[in-house]
Amino acid sequence: MSTTVTTPIGNVEPAPKPRTNYLTNGHTLRSWLLTEDHKRIAILYLISVSFFFMLGGSFAGMIRWELTSPAGNILESDAYNRVFTAHGAIMVFLFLLVAVPAVLGNFCLPLMIGAKDLAFPRINLLSWYLYTAAGTLVLISVISGGVDAGWTFYTPYSSLYSNSNVSLCLVGVFIGGFSSITTGVNFIATVHRMRAPGMTWFRMPLFVWAHYATGIIMMLGTPVVAITLLCVIFERTFQLPIFSPELGGDPVLFQHMFWFYSHPAVYIMVLPSFGVISEVITAFSRKRVFGYHFIAFSSLAIAFLGFLVWGHHMFVSSQSMYQGVAFSLITFLLAVPSAIKVFNWTATMWKGNIHLNSPMIYAIGFMGLFLIGGLTGLFLACMGTDVHLTATYFIVAHFHYVMVGGTVMGFLAGLHFWWPKMTGKLFNDNVARWNAIVVFLGFNLTFFPQFILGWLGMPRRYHYYYFAPEYQPFNIMSTLGATVLGVGFIVPVFYLITSLFKGKPAGDNPWGAHGLEWQTTSPPPTENFYYDPIVTDDVYDYDPVAEHEQFLEKQRQLGAHA
Amino acid sequence: MNLANFPFAPPAASNFASEMDTLFYSIFGLSVFFAVVTFFFVVFYAFRYRAGSSADRSSPVYENMKMEVIWIVVPTILAIIFFGWGAKVYADVRIPPKDAKEIYVVGKQWMWHIQHPNGVRENNTLHVPIDTDIKLTMISQDVIHAFYIPAFRVQFMVVPGRYTQMWFRPTQIGTYHLFCNMYCGAQHSEMGGSVIVMSKKDYAEWLANNGSMRQNLTPAQAGEKLFTKIGCANCHGPVDMPPRAPSLAGLYGKTREMTNGQKLLADETYIREAILRPSEAVLKGYDNTMPAYDKQISEDDIMSLIAFIKAGAMPSLPASNLAAGSAGTEAQVKGKAGLNANALEYNAERADATPTERGSSHAVGAMAAEKVDQKR
Repeated sequence: MSTTVTTPIGNVEPAPKPRTNYLTNGHTLRSWLLTEDHKRIAILYLISVSFFFMLGGSFAGMIRWELTSPAGNILESDAYNRVFTAHGAIMVFLFLLVAVPAVLGNFCLPLMIGAKDLAFPRINLLSWYLYTAAGTLVLISVISGGVDAGWTFYTPYSSLYSNSNVSLCLVGVFIGGFSSITTGVNFIATVHRMRAPGMTWFRMPLFVWAHYATGIIMMLGTPVVAITLLCVIFERTFQLPIFSPELGGDPVLFQHMFWFYSHPAVYIMVLPSFGVISEVITAFSRKRVFGYHFIAFSSLAIAFLGFLVWGHHMFVSSQSMYQGVAFSLITFLLAVPSAIKVFNWTATMWKGNIHLNSPMIYAIGFMGLFLIGGLTGLFLACMGTDVHLTATYFIVAHFHYVMVGGTVMGFLAGLHFWWPKMTGKLFNDNVARWNAIVVFLGFNLTFFPQFILGWLGMPRRYHYYYFAPEYQPFNIMSTLGATVLGVGFIVPVFYLITSLFKGKPAGDNPWGAHGLEWQTTSPPPTENFYYDPIVTDDVYDYDPVAEHEQFLEKQRQLGAHA
Repeated sequence: MNLANFPFAPPAASNFASEMDTLFYSIFGLSVFFAVVTFFFVVFYAFRYRAGSSADRSSPVYENMKMEVIWIVVPTILAIIFFGWGAKVYADVRIPPKDAKEIYVVGKQWMWHIQHPNGVRENNTLHVPIDTDIKLTMISQDVIHAFYIPAFRVQFMVVPGRYTQMWFRPTQIGTYHLFCNMYCGAQHSEMGGSVIVMSKKDYAEWLANNGSMRQNLTPAQAGEKLFTKIGCANCHGPVDMPPRAPSLAGLYGKTREMTNGQKLLADETYIREAILRPSEAVLKGYDNTMPAYDKQISEDDIMSLIAFIKAGAMPSLPASNLAAGSAGTEAQVKGKAGLNANALEYNAERADATPTERGSSHAVGAMAAEKVDQKR
């Protein structure tokens, strides 16, 4: 293992003082909206996903407030249905599927493998425009009356019975799918073709592996859901007999087609976060990651197996019992690669030199939430208990732990980790640390009571429960937690934006992390590197002892700011 | 707030509950174990190996095949064990016993229609006998619903265009939540009700009574039952029996003279008054003997009684009450038979009509449609 400190994984010539970086290279709106720079596109994505996250979050707040009383507080049933649909559709299609890959992946992936940009820069820009168009259509459908079909759009309710803006919303989601496909294609092509000399497959950071696996799912899965949604639109508009038995269709067919994409889509949301966590844990443990190959291959295993488990959403639909058995078995096996990752991250911390900076606290929080989310998945993979728990609040809690906990904690960990690289500024790390703890506690207070609600039998998507008032205490707890969580999401907006104006210059590598992205300037120049990097060492060759003093010095700089 | 308002587990009221709960708590135990152990190490390492601590960091390990194999093989074995157990429970839930009693369920926006084997119907309430295997055969008339009884640990989707089945054996007498657990539109959260587990005797009685639910009977049928039940039939027979009680057959629409000389038209209001406050106006030729029913019966019941009286036929008096010979016996028999014939005809019409005859656009099966929407 190399003990070189200055150029730990690549031979990069010392960079001259930057005259311009990607942020200062053009200040006009036009220079942003027509940019082909993956870093600028990442910033465009960051702004858009943050907007939709806040919007989806405020719908979540309305849902939680409404449910503090068994008879509802503010909304009529119809309005409530539109609110939870808007919450789900916006969060899933416009935030969770996009946040980590399109923001952090876009920004970091080319830097990490020593590329000047993604393989198809213009397609990358196109993907943001497709995303924006999708977001606009969904937004119009929500504002102009709303959609009440639920984000899963189960037929025949969505195709024949709902008289809300289902088609418009589906067109939005359909277009958003192309954004996802183009991003996936771009990642795969980039990883295959654009790696710097010496960047072999097994020298690639695990973040890149995770995004490679994600790209495969995006590319193979998204077309299926796109076709499915198109079919719903056709059935709605032209009464084509596809999903509705009144017309001669099959309502359960929709579920097969929808989940064939939407289960793997969960991994589009969390696999990129796994990549972030692998980077953060190893960087702040100052230790080479434990079981590199196992983490890398577990990403591919998840991507592969993720396509074979969709039927576990349908144990209580009318799918055959024997089909269910096969899906259940594969689902159980899918728990294994996820477990591999968690165990290897834990082992990475063993004998490390651990710095509890905010990205690391978010990463530890991620592990806590993901453990709970993953393990509660066993109750649902298990066909027996699934019969009782499916479609109750147990499901709501489980997928929020996995998808939201996984994605948001991963996103926040990565955003804090690479913020100095993206902006060139240091943020207030002390506030960020406390905020990470608030988010973790708020999240658990919000969603843990929902496991109990589900076990008690409270169905999801219920507006009222006056006939079952015993559910109220847990709903009140959940709403309290949501309030705490809301604070935890708003505070970072302030200290991160403040850092843009008042933050200290970050320097190239404030965390003392290894990886090509830390060897260029912060913010990086448009071309990413002043000299083409050549990689000569393994990734993550940290030396916890030798680099300790160096890291402490960096910490003093960070601390001085706090 | 007492503890009953703060439950941590649903009631357990079916044959599946105990096995399902054992399975649930086993997975729960396993999960707690793995979560606690793993997160303990995460937090412990974060503290033990925090920057600057004097912990031993010599000879760190980066790859260890033995550890990897252990934490791949152990979870895999556990996964297969719990898969098998879960699949076994699932098979039990899915395969109903051959001799299970079959009850039909139709889901529609936003109500459950349930029909018992002898034709008794009810909405949003399912009465079942304890310790009896019950098989539900279910279909939806519009969108997908899901029939969910948390206390029984069973649910299954109710799909338009195909029949689905679920079964259970209730083990505890009581009333339990019934939910629709698949989002189905505006009133999704109100599409539920109760499952009432009765003793076998009570259930048999309930079933023989044509169900206690009013909507299974025409108002006249309900009125006839009530007429006997609250004692009207003890005095009001098919023929007049002065001075005890007049017959009510053919009463409706006639003008009658009272003891005080008033002439009153026997319309709805008159009948209602005569039931609630009979002594206010006593029919000429009869004694003031009838008890007042004011505050004794509901408006609903009065409506039924009026409907029954309007229908015209009166049940015969109980033998012990027959004071005046056998006059009118023929009429009694005819009247009684006529009424029963009506009821039979009514049931037969509902049972035999094909969906098309009932004007259904959703011709999905004999259970598929109701002639009249019974919106709540």
